[in-house]
Amino acid sequence: MAILALEDGSVFHGKGFGASATSCGEVCFNTSMTGYQEILTDPSYKGQIVTMTYPEIGNYGVNPEDIESYQPHVSGFVVRELSPVVSNWRSSESLDAYLKVNGIPGIEGIDTRALTKKLRVRGALNGVISTENLSDEEARQQAADWPGMVGADYAKVVTHKEAFAWEEHEQPNEEFTLPQGADSSPAPPPLPPADIPIVAFDFGIKYNILRCLRRHGFKVQVVPATTTAEEVLSYQPAGLFLSNGPGDPAALDYAVRNVKELVDHGLPTFGICLGHQVLGQALGAKTFKLKFGHRGANQPVKDLESGQIEITSQNHGFAVDDNDLPDEVQVDRINLNDQTVEGLKHRSKPIFSVQYHPEASPGPHDSQPLFQRFRDMVAKV
Amino acid sequence: MPRRDDIHSVLIIGAGPIIIGQACEFDYSGTQACKALKEEGYRVVLVNSNPATIMTDPEFADRTYIEPVTPEAVEKIIIRELAELKKIGTDGKLVLLPTLGGQTGLNTAMELFRTGVLEKHGVEMIGAKADAIERGEDRERFKELMLEIGLDVPVSGIAHNMDDAWAIADRIGKFPLIIRPAYTLGGTGGGIAYNRDEYEELTKKGINLSPVNEILVEESLIGWKEYEMEVMRDKADNCVIICSIENFDPMGVHTGDSITVAPIQTLTDKEYQIMRDASFAIIRAVGVETGGSNIQFSVNPDNGRMIVIEMNPRVSRSSALASKATGFPIAKIAAKLAVGYTLDEIPNDITRETPASFEPTIDYVVTKIPRFAFEKFQQADPTLNTQMKSVGEAMAIGRTFKESLQKCLRSMEIGRAGLGGDGKGWRVGDTVYGDRDILPRDLITQKLTTPNAERVFYLRHALRAGLTVDEIFELSKIDRWFLTQIQQIVDCEEELASVGASA
Repeated sequence: MAILALEDGSVFHGKGFGASATSCGEVCFNTSMTGYQEILTDPSYKGQIVTMTYPEIGNYGVNPEDIESYQPHVSGFVVRELSPVVSNWRSSESLDAYLKVNGIPGIEGIDTRALTKKLRVRGALNGVISTENLSDEEARQQAADWPGMVGADYAKVVTHKEAFAWEEHEQPNEEFTLPQGADSSPAPPPLPPADIPIVAFDFGIKYNILRCLRRHGFKVQVVPATTTAEEVLSYQPAGLFLSNGPGDPAALDYAVRNVKELVDHGLPTFGICLGHQVLGQALGAKTFKLKFGHRGANQPVKDLESGQIEITSQNHGFAVDDNDLPDEVQVDRINLNDQTVEGLKHRSKPIFSVQYHPEASPGPHDSQPLFQRFRDMVAKV
Repeated sequence: MPRRDDIHSVLIIGAGPIIIGQACEFDYSGTQACKALKEEGYRVVLVNSNPATIMTDPEFADRTYIEPVTPEAVEKIIIRELAELKKIGTDGKLVLLPTLGGQTGLNTAMELFRTGVLEKHGVEMIGAKADAIERGEDRERFKELMLEIGLDVPVSGIAHNMDDAWAIADRIGKFPLIIRPAYTLGGTGGGIAYNRDEYEELTKKGINLSPVNEILVEESLIGWKEYEMEVMRDKADNCVIICSIENFDPMGVHTGDSITVAPIQTLTDKEYQIMRDASFAIIRAVGVETGGSNIQFSVNPDNGRMIVIEMNPRVSRSSALASKATGFPIAKIAAKLAVGYTLDEIPNDITRETPASFEPTIDYVVTKIPRFAFEKFQQADPTLNTQMKSVGEAMAIGRTFKESLQKCLRSMEIGRAGLGGDGKGWRVGDTVYGDRDILPRDLITQKLTTPNAERVFYLRHALRAGLTVDEIFELSKIDRWFLTQIQQIVDCEEELASVGASA
């Protein structure tokens, strides 16, 4: 038997899978119907127990290509039904085996819809997941005692400890493509030369962001979250990228200071998700915790300038407050579901950021042109 | 963008009498469109010869013509309606919305276009223009267009002699191969070759039979996985996927005769997103300006190669299913998009607070099972192939695939409570087997290999007869994920039976 207990005292019993372990985290839900492997390995989920609202999970197993970082980061994984079989030509192992090897507990067979409804009414709740025969009482106690996400600096935990050049990493950068028949044109275009050097702050960066940057001709130096502005400038970058990442953006005062210095120095800057929140703060905005975050692959975002709508992949529990924005900062994208800020741009400097994930993985590719926008912006300076 | 004010009346062509392959699903979409357009203040003119449709009820259109759905009748109606508009004294136009009445409605509209009737009377087609419909419907043009935009189609070639034919066979690289002689009546002389001998024989025969001594050789996709995407586009070029569908029955069975499941179950996100991108590329290349389209894909289960099968540049059979499966009323929204709205201007029917510019995400599984009536069509061949034979369908929603499948089987009104184990017998010809009898293996093998209306039940019989999931896959090519789900239902049946026996 496995157990999931929440800080409000509710308890769910199910069947355990993955590792034999107990861990605490903020319980949140993701509404993507595909892409669990990318979600598990997205460092932004550090400290969270993720529930998938789509009930049939594990159907296509896991494979070596669909990872988004060096390891899975979730504290626990909650599904309605774990597939007993894997059916996909790319699969190398089952989800169960993958979580076991990586020490992550999973629970299946619980009413994930009831759990999601609770989280939607109450907001994200602290909880504990255990596959080790924890009693209800012990579980409730651990959930209640867990300190929570507010003020937590997980970026420091998940960031790479040393700076490295993405070029030297072993990950392939070409776009993922399928085999084609003899009558069709052969797929992926060759990579362009990497001719623009930039520095990417790693607050918990996803590999697909780095792949997208590389595909747009950027030579990327990845640096740890705590890197100083002076160190960043020592690489003589033509642009600055601020990555996604986990936890409370308000805890990253050091990063906000460094980014402010670099922005003031005039570096063209592009931020995604946590990077957008850090940039927002560096430009003088504030962030707040959403009641329940945006986690899924179907969030409609409107570009206020073109009127165009992008269906976006999102994963954030905090947002930039559009009240008291400094005059030089403009909201250029909003979420059509709740009107919250999805994009910022500086009125006079080459700076912009988005709250969502243009690199997708998982999710729609609608927002990929943002990487070209960054390229054009840096090339112009 | 606001709705168009230059339009006064919208002409909708219904689907006419019910035939297999075109039944109430197009009444559903047409009715929704009538309601949506009236809601917007347009005058709705409807043509449909079938009085047993909801759309022909008096309240749905402002004027209903119970007339034959033929170009001649529709032209007369156009003339009469234009005179009517003059009488009313409006400057507003009469336009034709051709994409909501199924294939009959679309064909009739295209006929009116080709014969110059629409141009003569100045009647504009809204939703999809004639050239887009042609690009979507003409197989050869569609195939060329797919190759132009970098998508994959079945490898094929044209042969005039045996040397050409061997070269094509080598290029495709594997049997079976499909041989289609050019310009023979009803495709006489064509066929499927499973080996070199059959290929040589069919090729020679085909070339001889063709008046131009020409055959098309194409790779066969039989047994590949089959998928569908329901796409919508507005005039600002916003595109969304309403629903993704995976067919339980692999390629070779018409989708209308296949058990289908929403959403897609066995593709990773990377593969799904490639299919999504392809769907948008197709609707844009074909040029469907606004509204919905249904696009079918096939995927090789061994290496993921994805082939575009076809596109319906109109509301299709699957649209009704996709609408009910997701709560997104495709036909209603398609009608509103056709008169100029964009997706973000239309409220979502379910939430009422958020806009229709989103992609439904569901926390359940939807299964559709076709209903056949071969007992009423004694002379019909009950083997399922690429010609649709079902006369209806049932849909069910469950929190798991197993729940939705069992619920759907119960909804079929065929007297079964699910896959079996309900105490009812199985009739095979003149023999009646008991519910829990083990059926003969050669019967099972045959029923799994050749697609037929009862195949889903034979999956249970096969598992109970001791066939493994892999053996069943080899015979049926039904994905192992689905087979394993059925295995779980059978395991549950066995468990209950053993508890019953010991009690």
